Amino acid sequence: MLHIENLRASIDGHQILKGLDLDIGAGEVHAVMGPNGAGKSTLSAVLAGRDGYEVSGTVTFQGEDLLGLTPEERAVAGIFLAFQYPTEIPGVGNMYFLRTSVNAIREARGEETIDARTFLDAVKVKMAELDMDPALLSRAVNAGFSGGEKKRNEILQMAMLEPQLAILDETDSGLDIDALRAVADGIERLRDPQRSMLVITHYPRLLEHVRPDAVHVLRDGRIVRSGGPELAHELEQDGYGPAETVGAGTP
Amino acid sequence: MNEAVQELIQREYAYGFHSDFETEVAPKGLNEDIIRFISARKDEPEWLLEWRLSAYRHFITLEEPTWPRLKIEPIDYQDMHYWAAPKPKGPAPESLDDIDPDVREMFDKLGISLREQERLSGVAVDAIVDSVSVATTFQSQLAEAGVIFCSFSEAVRNHPDLVRAHLGSVVGPRDNFYAALNAAVFSDGSFCYIPAGVRCPMELSTYFRINAADTGQFERTLIVAEESSSVSYLEGCTAPMRDENQLHAAVVELVAMADARIKYSTVQNWYPGDEEGRGGIYNFVTKRGRCQGARSKISWTQVETGSAITWKYPSVILQGDDSVGEFYSVAVTNNLQQADTGTKMTHIGKNTTSTILSKGISTGRSQNTYRGLVKMLRSAEGARNHTQCDSLLIGPKCGAHTFPYIEVKNDSAQVEHEASTSRIGEDQLFYCRQRGIDEEEATSMIVNGFCRDVFDQLPMEFAVEAQALMRVSLEGAVG
Repeated sequence: MLHIENLRASIDGHQILKGLDLDIGAGEVHAVMGPNGAGKSTLSAVLAGRDGYEVSGTVTFQGEDLLGLTPEERAVAGIFLAFQYPTEIPGVGNMYFLRTSVNAIREARGEETIDARTFLDAVKVKMAELDMDPALLSRAVNAGFSGGEKKRNEILQMAMLEPQLAILDETDSGLDIDALRAVADGIERLRDPQRSMLVITHYPRLLEHVRPDAVHVLRDGRIVRSGGPELAHELEQDGYGPAETVGAGTP
Repeated sequence: MNEAVQELIQREYAYGFHSDFETEVAPKGLNEDIIRFISARKDEPEWLLEWRLSAYRHFITLEEPTWPRLKIEPIDYQDMHYWAAPKPKGPAPESLDDIDPDVREMFDKLGISLREQERLSGVAVDAIVDSVSVATTFQSQLAEAGVIFCSFSEAVRNHPDLVRAHLGSVVGPRDNFYAALNAAVFSDGSFCYIPAGVRCPMELSTYFRINAADTGQFERTLIVAEESSSVSYLEGCTAPMRDENQLHAAVVELVAMADARIKYSTVQNWYPGDEEGRGGIYNFVTKRGRCQGARSKISWTQVETGSAITWKYPSVILQGDDSVGEFYSVAVTNNLQQADTGTKMTHIGKNTTSTILSKGISTGRSQNTYRGLVKMLRSAEGARNHTQCDSLLIGPKCGAHTFPYIEVKNDSAQVEHEASTSRIGEDQLFYCRQRGIDEEEATSMIVNGFCRDVFDQLPMEFAVEAQALMRVSLEGAVG
């Protein structure tokens, strides 16, 4: 599904990814863990096509070169990024944004757009599953949302967009235990043989709820270790090792 | 700079055509003879001619204001026409069916139908081309409710006492440079009178079209709402694309008696000039309302996208106790457009309240200034004001400026002011694009969201038009 080879990325002349390799198969959930500054957020930004990075190496998605595509083309190809810090868009209704997004992607794929009524019914079902306040639909996108509401909103978008590859960038950060469980359940519900996930996280606790098929340790711009779910536990015990200074423990 | 922003900067003006009907113009120049010509052309009574001449004599002692943050090429007031009108092809039209087909076609092209049966909703239109009103729709239906809605010239002929009682009572002929000029040479405009206790049964609107070249437009609008009456009034404007600047110096006066409400909405889309700043309308307008009676309310809502230069401060004098003044504004500037716009709220009565919400959007190399004055006089016991000014910058070469002035002479008065300036966020754009929404659509969505609180104040029909106008601006309207 996703094949990354020797991926290098720098911003303002500062190299962050230094030859990263990663393969994710269809239906697999991979976790990438690492200390602050290892390049976790850069990895998600580069995969989603954010401007401002100098990128080299190879990234193919379902056999297609990904690096030549714009962010919106990647979205149409089925890539979804759950943002670490979801952006507020004042004055733009959350419901309107969500439907514009779903229909923009459907239109680009040559599929029929969904009318407002049908869409609203579908959204309400997904919101109930995520234990989200329906009032959030009529508020502006993320504006004044709590940290937990923002993250749930990301998962709601993911549920409506049904991507082929979901990249979850520190989706667990800043969540209390109830929100964490709701978000994790939301992710689990979307597990599908046709859908791959890349879960990027600093802390192993999300992985207690979302069981990964593989765990990778990202450090200084490279994958330095890979293993099964047990690797997450090991990291929880021992931290990321001597190079890590602060913040390696559980919160 | 991203493509959507490029396109915004290179947008085309959709109303830039010129209609080729015969026009009668006065010779160029400004002097007492021209004023007599205009007055005679309109069959005005002697008192009005004297009023004009007195304004003119004052005008020639004045100089243009230099305090706005505007760079204005010198204006040669002798090098323009002060009167232009589509030449009648026969006797004056008896009804709307007799309007010159060329004039009707021009309005059709602008999307303004002068056939009453074709209006979607109940909106009465006074259609003004250059210096004259060519048609006013729905007059008879309005008359049944006692509402007078007609061109200014017609009001002078048919309702001279009403006009005389209120003309210049809010914006005097000596108010300022442009208001004095307007008082001397004003040609046409709209007059609305809502009798006591009447809620105007439909929206009233005036559509201003400049068509003739080298001609200034100096219209004058007067709205009087008697006790416990209410009216919603809409104003739209466009002009052809020309390399020369054209002057538009209008005056609008509103009078609200006790418990009356006037809602005045503008979508201003005068030709803004090209990307090099050639041509465009100089829009120097004095708009002011007086809340004369207790509990009266005046609301100004404006969406300003056009004009090379905008100089405009729709204001409210809050004279009656418990009266309310509101100003909601979206001002968009791009290319080399300049806007210096805002409001003045003068609190005189007790417990008067005012709200100011201003949204400025700048792109290209444009300069967008908010200038506001909140004045609480000694008598304004318990008066309150809330002001919010937000500026959005798109691209690196534009400017946004905020000049709020506050004068408080009563200790019990409360004034709040909030201001923000932001750039259209790379974060916001990326977020939208990651969700499959392209840059152009995303930019339009973000800008419309920024303006939402103001658009919500517009009457339905105008809100749709305003959003469409913003969208067209943002899409570049190619072809």
